[in-house]
Amino acid sequence: MLRAAPALTLALFLAPIAAGLIGTLAPAFGILPALGRTTTSLDPWRTLLAAPGLLTSLTLTAAVGFAATLLSFALACGFCAWTANSPAVRRLERALAPLLATPHVAVAVGFAFLVAPSGWIARIVSPELTGWDRPPALVTVRDPAGLSLIAGLVLKEVPYLVLMMLAASSQGAARPLLAAARAMGYAPATAWAKVVLPALYRQIRLPVYAVLAFSLSTVEVGLILGPGNPPPLSVLALRWYQAPDLALTFPAAAASVLQLLLVAAAILVWRGGERLARILARPWCAGGVRRGGAAPLLAGAGVLALLSGALGFLSLAGLVLWSFTAEWRYPDALPGRWSLAPWQRFGGSTAPLANTLLVGALASLAAVALALACLENEARRRLRPGTQALWLLYLPLLVPQIAFLFGAQAALVRLRLDATLAAVVWAHLLFVLPYVFLSLADPYRALDPRFARIAAGLGSTPARVFWRVKLPILLRPVLVALAVGFAVSVGLYLPTLFAGAGRVATLTTEAVTLSSGADRRVVAVTVALQAALPLLAYGLALGLPALLHRNRAALR
Amino acid sequence: MSEALDLAGVSVAFSGRTLVPPLSFRVEPGEVVTVMGPSGSGKSTLLAFIGGFLDRAFTAEGSVRVGLQDITRLAPERRRVGILFQDDLLFPHLSVSENLAFGLPPGGSRSERRHRADEALREAGLAGFAERDPATLSGGQRARVALLRTLLAEPRALLLDEPFGKLDRALKAEIRAFVFAHARARRLPTLLVTHDPDDAEAAGGRVIELR
Repeated sequence: MLRAAPALTLALFLAPIAAGLIGTLAPAFGILPALGRTTTSLDPWRTLLAAPGLLTSLTLTAAVGFAATLLSFALACGFCAWTANSPAVRRLERALAPLLATPHVAVAVGFAFLVAPSGWIARIVSPELTGWDRPPALVTVRDPAGLSLIAGLVLKEVPYLVLMMLAASSQGAARPLLAAARAMGYAPATAWAKVVLPALYRQIRLPVYAVLAFSLSTVEVGLILGPGNPPPLSVLALRWYQAPDLALTFPAAAASVLQLLLVAAAILVWRGGERLARILARPWCAGGVRRGGAAPLLAGAGVLALLSGALGFLSLAGLVLWSFTAEWRYPDALPGRWSLAPWQRFGGSTAPLANTLLVGALASLAAVALALACLENEARRRLRPGTQALWLLYLPLLVPQIAFLFGAQAALVRLRLDATLAAVVWAHLLFVLPYVFLSLADPYRALDPRFARIAAGLGSTPARVFWRVKLPILLRPVLVALAVGFAVSVGLYLPTLFAGAGRVATLTTEAVTLSSGADRRVVAVTVALQAALPLLAYGLALGLPALLHRNRAALR
Repeated sequence: MSEALDLAGVSVAFSGRTLVPPLSFRVEPGEVVTVMGPSGSGKSTLLAFIGGFLDRAFTAEGSVRVGLQDITRLAPERRRVGILFQDDLLFPHLSVSENLAFGLPPGGSRSERRHRADEALREAGLAGFAERDPATLSGGQRARVALLRTLLAEPRALLLDEPFGKLDRALKAEIRAFVFAHARARRLPTLLVTHDPDDAEAAGGRVIELR
């Protein structure tokens, strides 16, 4: 049975994506048997191209995608160059984890509450610095140029890229290289850029592509921080999918396919940029310049990274503040009266919370079980994973969600599974599994194989070795993988919306719905809860092994 | 019930290159045979073949018998061949006595199993260590617990994969004597691989050179 684990995992994984892509491609060319349309037609594309503002939508989407990715990458580089050279700053790395665990929606809503004309920052500096005694008529959120959207994305992607870089660079290997370069007179940041970054980049290429694909195609962040008219392409597609007029499904599918092409083209362009950078990098490294422009640039990026981290935490703090507010007059810096009322009011409708917990628990448990089965199969048959497997794993993170979730929903309808909890769990599994597998694979493969040999020599069957030796030793990474999966699931918007057919409400779908116009205090409670759940899961994942293994020094 | 360990025409190759030349020899009950060779000479590969852990990338020929039973194709856990490595590999999540109980064959009440583990510890001069976390033991204590665990599983042969390599000089002599004494007392056929001539001398048996 174990032998079937990789095949089963791939099937669970690839079948919905393949079915979803086909099920989206067909209506993009006029075919949707459910609506009685069985002949191909280019009308969906004509409708799409004739939509007012489409070109603006496209340029906005592309600009936001590239700007957010480039900025996030540059800031992450600045931060890593800094911490690699200065042990004192390294403590800040640990502060990144909470931001990484927090869903995009929570950070986006918190950021909107922070920088809006009526937001916390304006309240702190008013009226002393600005003279405002009522919110000014400025557009700082959902601006037409997409600046707030870019900023909101950067807040979330910088911690992700930094942690990917930290995981990739075994710092033990980087330190002597840095020391050697600095001994030859290179400035610390220049040394990092010339001797650490080139090898490092190769290892974080897929995460960078994932950031690019997400920034180009995110729906939930686009809904909260992106401009409304014209909106980013994926938001436009969702709007048409959700329109009462079913005929709009066809241009929606065409827009989804266009979104897929856009992401594919963007990754190709990015790869072209990589090639160019490689050509330019070698002479730059060999040029011998010790203190060029790279050092101040990286230092500036490092400071910006710190600033973005601070903004991220401020966004979350603002949410907590709002959730305990009874009255907060503009432009007071803090609420005038506090109250538990927003939380008590939320207590009346716990279905979204229950759904979030249930789906998150089931999806992460299923993902950990599948990942463990694949890894144990690999260990027993002494297989070595190839790099193609890694690309497959990243597939759900690279293919835009809007490009296959409609088709996947159509397939679910045919299986009579749509709008069920099982469908939502399955949809979440697609996005949970890659992160769970990546988080579990390294510790699992790093476990000394001689433990298993010793145990077998003592007469233990492979199953007993797995349950009695490997799992207990790996308790902490297994629980952390569960927490990672849970955190990913809590944050998912579009998969919940489509697989649940809009009828399975989670904290995330509630938060996105409420974010357009509901009372800030009500939004804040929902979003604060959404942000708190992953943190609780991580707390348990770290606390439980410490408790269970309190008398085992080697496992603490 | 003492049986000999028999190797007949055992050879191991890796992508066409012979690592272990055809070897045929017999280790009598209570005898320690030493296989010597520099690192990379295939010593550990030979033990992996006997224990049943050979990586698929290797191709092996020949057969291994314990007494009259051919174990060449048995699953590792059915061979009843105990193995000790350079590291003690005590399971970090279990206490000392739980590590020992892991080695004991199944059956018996909890208190019987507990008693056997305590008895083994007492004989080895480790009385009172039962509830300890293995990570808090000294190197010599850990090495002794590792051997006890292997012996409690009632192996029919013992494989030693440079088990003294990481111990300091004084400890090395003591642990060596401890291991060999226990192996002889149980009349186990024992195969030691090492690159240290002192180990071979202390073993006092035949020496087979690999290169």
